[in-house]
Amino acid sequence: MLHVCREGPGPSGGELHFCLRNEPKTFNPILVDDEASEHIRYLTGGVLIRANRQTQALEPSLAESWKVSSDGQKITFQLRKGLQFSDGTPFSSEDVAYTMRLLMDPQAHSATGDAFRSAEGRVNVQTPSSDVATVTFPAPVAGLERLFDQVAILSAKSPKKEMSVLGPYYVAEYKAGSHILLRRNPNYWKRDAQGNRLPYIESVRLEVQRNRDIELMRFQRGELQLINRLEAEQFDRLQKENAAAARNAGVGLDAEEMWFNQVPTAPLADYKKRWFQTTDFRRALSMAINRADLARIVFFGYATPAYGPVSPSNRFWFNPALPAPKYDPHGALVLLARAGFRLDHGTLKDSAGNRVEFTIVTGAGNTAREKMAAMIQQDLSQIGVNLKLVTLDFSSLIERITRTFDYDACLLGLVNTDLDPNGQMTVWLSSGADHQWNPSQKSPATRWEAEIDKLMREQATLPNEKERKAKFDRIQEIVAEQQPFIYLVNKNALSAVSVDVAGAAPVALNPQAFWNIDTLRLGASGQLGANK
Amino acid sequence: MSGRRLLRIFCYSILSVAFGAALFAGTITKYSYAAQFRDVPNSPPSAMHLLGTDGLGRDLFTRVIYGTRVSLLLAPAAAFLATAIAGILGGLAGLRGWLTEKVILAFADLSLALPLLFVLVALRALLPLDVSPIFSVIATFFILGLLGWPASLRVVWAAVRRLRQSDHFLFATALGYGKTRLLLCQVIPNLRPILLAQFWISIPLFVLTEATLSMLGLGVMEPLPSWGNLLRGCENFSAMAANPWRVVPLFVLIVTVICLQYILPTSGETA
Repeated sequence: MLHVCREGPGPSGGELHFCLRNEPKTFNPILVDDEASEHIRYLTGGVLIRANRQTQALEPSLAESWKVSSDGQKITFQLRKGLQFSDGTPFSSEDVAYTMRLLMDPQAHSATGDAFRSAEGRVNVQTPSSDVATVTFPAPVAGLERLFDQVAILSAKSPKKEMSVLGPYYVAEYKAGSHILLRRNPNYWKRDAQGNRLPYIESVRLEVQRNRDIELMRFQRGELQLINRLEAEQFDRLQKENAAAARNAGVGLDAEEMWFNQVPTAPLADYKKRWFQTTDFRRALSMAINRADLARIVFFGYATPAYGPVSPSNRFWFNPALPAPKYDPHGALVLLARAGFRLDHGTLKDSAGNRVEFTIVTGAGNTAREKMAAMIQQDLSQIGVNLKLVTLDFSSLIERITRTFDYDACLLGLVNTDLDPNGQMTVWLSSGADHQWNPSQKSPATRWEAEIDKLMREQATLPNEKERKAKFDRIQEIVAEQQPFIYLVNKNALSAVSVDVAGAAPVALNPQAFWNIDTLRLGASGQLGANK
Repeated sequence: MSGRRLLRIFCYSILSVAFGAALFAGTITKYSYAAQFRDVPNSPPSAMHLLGTDGLGRDLFTRVIYGTRVSLLLAPAAAFLATAIAGILGGLAGLRGWLTEKVILAFADLSLALPLLFVLVALRALLPLDVSPIFSVIATFFILGLLGWPASLRVVWAAVRRLRQSDHFLFATALGYGKTRLLLCQVIPNLRPILLAQFWISIPLFVLTEATLSMLGLGVMEPLPSWGNLLRGCENFSAMAANPWRVVPLFVLIVTVICLQYILPTSGETA
């Protein structure tokens, strides 16, 4: 492996090595719906507006500036002049129009495109000049400009189609099951303060490696320079063995959570349905879970007890007024007594004398979740609840929680990539398929779900961010009161960065360790990022 | 005393200790296998915790002993079930011949062709969720026993066929022995060593299959320990290097399986 070491501004050359956990499903940025493809899109795609992963603010990218109309239906971009794709094809507003046409084509089934679909109807793109593009949507789209962070612009004219890119790198070589080699885009538009063309690193080799243990061993041997999303146990070991390489960016966006099955037609005993639909029951069990222990033991301290649907790392949308989760088994028993439950010789029983016992399902093979479930089992036994843990292979689990609804409670994680709550529309709307505790309802089953529906729909049409925030804060309050999801912990964003990589400053948002890929250098170990 | 015999005595002694520990687990250790000492997760061996603790602070020595109980008592039960099914069906196929033989052998071949692990995972997913860990572990081994017979059946069937063509069997038939007398006086005594060998061979097989299932997270339910789910502490090589005492369940499993192999009767003894 060649590392050309250079200090100071200017290209450092060399080849950066890191791993993808899976084979990318596509190189077409329009069709991306998996993490590996998303990484490729981030490294190769040029976007009109880029969300700075560190400040979380929007920054001009291919567009010098933009303006959203007061009704939130129209956005006008002023494009940079004289830019070229990686194959030399000139960039113009026609490319923006072409990309939006492809993106919004219903036949494309683009997940990125779906985020823009606030109502039925055509999306119009006008190109009054080669450096101005105006996109008009049939209805207001909340958080419109932020959505363009995911839209990599394609060339309308290049014969190389989606392989012609505007991002810092282009795909030079792909060997299925082995690696993807990205080379520096000689036409990348961005320059550093000294006027040197970015990126500094000549090429990036992404190796497909599913085994996390092997990935860490290779990092330790110096064969890899970055690891994104390290497991807490691995990070803890790395911290002890090579502290300089272990980077903790603090609390991340991902959450671990559990919920009770509240589907009215679920094949469960009626008394169990009554328990699960009782707010005090859910709140009491939530209070009886020692989240601090979960964070300390399962995640080696690299997690934070979770408050609600939004992680504190999502600075704008997090509601700091939410009450912190409290571990209080005695308080839990008081709440349960209020709901008609009683402790009988160490066993919790409902008013009809039914013993409170239920199963919690989780995916087989996820050690952290199995450990969490075992700890919750012990916590709940303190209030007389008999919790049984069942691990299922992933397809059986999905079958139960989405089709047959033959389960009591489920423990899973939420991987959050979108800061904007609109990305969770199908989770919060009672008609949504991802409204896990009682999905796809014809009309809201409870008053509080009806209120969430109303607030979610209202915030989605408001152009003013502060007004949207006020609505979503109220949603967070309702969720904290009702506990349809019992949030357990927010995991920290952990990564490993070799001391050979200068300029790295891992953050909580994806792609954590290489969000600033264009300013990373290989070489001088003294030039490490400040976010250590 | 021959070396083989000495080795066998040694293996019997180890297995006796293991079985004894499994049977009297409650008196050997003062801890519950589920008790979590949350202040000392992943702790090294100490006077309080002889083999240290696991990731949740549970006493590893206690879990190994209770895990031995689960694996070492239920694997022979599953082996007995599989051998019994193989004995009955193999005997029936060998004695009756013709259509019965063809149907049973075809069924056995079909069962052999199915990937055991896949069938186990599918059957395991069909189990009701609302069962206790004890029931779940018994069900897992019961399924193992129900699915583990086809290979033994082939051996039993071949032995019965050989027996049916033997002179003493023909002589007994010529003497007018009835079917029951033939079965009791000729078939069962002659099959006994083969069935015994199949039984002993199946035990380590089922121990390892349970271990594989548990490694996939689909075996014995938490918090009940088994060798399989204890081995999950070893699936991460670097974690094992940092906590070497986690290797003990693997060591116990290897030693037990080797001992079970060594106490098997030799071909001369089964003849």
